[in-house]
Amino acid sequence: MIHAALGPFGDAIEFIFKERESQAGTVRVGGLGEIWDFTSTHLLLSFTATLIATAIALPLGIWLGHIGRFQFLATSISNIGRAVPALGLIVFFIAFLGVGFTNVCAALVLLAIPPILTNAYVGVRGVDPETVDAARGVGLTGTEIATRVELPLALPTIMNGIRIALVSVIATATIAPLANVDTLGRPIISPNVYGTAGQLGSCIVVALVTLGADGAFAALQRAVTPKGLKVGQRPKARRFALKFPIPTRSTT
Amino acid sequence: MSGLAVTPVLAQLSDDFFGDRQGAADRCPGNNELCPGWIVDNFTDYLNPLWEHVLLSVIPLAIGFVLATGLAMLAHRYPKLAPPFLAFVSILFTIPSIAFYLILINVTGRGFATAVVALTAYTQVLIFRNVLTGLREVPQGTVEAAQGMGMSSRQILFGVELPMALPTIFAGLRIAASSTVGIAGFAFFAGAGGLGQSIFADPRFRGNVVAASVLMILLAAALELAVLAVQRALTPWQRAVSR
Repeated sequence: MIHAALGPFGDAIEFIFKERESQAGTVRVGGLGEIWDFTSTHLLLSFTATLIATAIALPLGIWLGHIGRFQFLATSISNIGRAVPALGLIVFFIAFLGVGFTNVCAALVLLAIPPILTNAYVGVRGVDPETVDAARGVGLTGTEIATRVELPLALPTIMNGIRIALVSVIATATIAPLANVDTLGRPIISPNVYGTAGQLGSCIVVALVTLGADGAFAALQRAVTPKGLKVGQRPKARRFALKFPIPTRSTT
Repeated sequence: MSGLAVTPVLAQLSDDFFGDRQGAADRCPGNNELCPGWIVDNFTDYLNPLWEHVLLSVIPLAIGFVLATGLAMLAHRYPKLAPPFLAFVSILFTIPSIAFYLILINVTGRGFATAVVALTAYTQVLIFRNVLTGLREVPQGTVEAAQGMGMSSRQILFGVELPMALPTIFAGLRIAASSTVGIAGFAFFAGAGGLGQSIFADPRFRGNVVAASVLMILLAAALELAVLAVQRALTPWQRAVSR
């Protein structure tokens, strides 16, 4: 009864929880089992790509920010990253390198690098120069300044970059089935098998997974923010500014 | 609009989803090569999707800019409004666009208008955040000087605060421009066409992928440059100082 009232959404929700015949009636589709398979592939792909991108972009961004040179490089990577559409990037990899988990993962890594790199660079560059001078004054070496002063102070901005990257990777992993990787996008791009209910059901799951990952990451972000910064965040205006840094102004 | 005339795109799409691999080989002899010649010969096929894509980018940007700027001015006046609005548009922005389009067509129907609604929603967080930050970063002393000259709060907003916030506002608009071009790549899920549809029609044919993707990148770059040009024209004092 409730399903009928919800129209297409009721049917879609039923698809998530209950197995049914495929459109052609040849296989069983939907149900929590299959949705879980899709979800785990989706998350595995997304986390792998984000992790690799972080391992590449984070040290590079921190280093570039620390030495304070090559701003041109950081700016260009962020500008190019913005202009290249996610769809084009994925399909480009499929057309030129072929299908499969590795190829689509590599494309997602490229997608995730710019926000992580830019935010690491901006975060480290945004550390108060007087703080760095003070650290130098008490005898810290360059490496110590980078890891023990700049990194903790830049952490909220850095985490924000990784969060942006993770969210956009999860969103883009929806088209991974084009490369034969069965993420939650499978029912979305194969409605001839899964029906419109499967398509809509998957969309709902993708949206919830993305929001869940974003929320979990926000909690993590709060947990790792150094105490000293949290105190500074207390005034309303400042909290606003720190929570939503605008990398654009210092990078362009 | 041309997008409205597009009938169930996705329904057709599913049948020839990986489309026409046979056809690609015909069009592009020597296996699946890049075929610059094929791109040149068939370039006119991309003009209509390109035009759809231009509309899908420019219209949401224009609507989104007016809406977000108005809301940001309100939030500047009544600071309590900012956090809930920002939280709302941030959540919207987090939802993957494909899911957003497909959920929305069940509410507002398939077509150009639905895609514009979704794309406008996506511009909000980027523009609103920057307009508000720009307004808040105007030095207190400047505002006080304007008050001392006897300007009303409306005069201060339009004559002092907004002009001084322009660089930040335009930075947001520029990001919104390129991200809208990218998200509009999926607008065919809402039945609104665009270059994304060209890509999806034959995603394994290199000539097709390169032609459509390059057009999308060029469009994003062109829009960013256009925004930059408008910014330069509107803020002549910036040039005088920084160059």
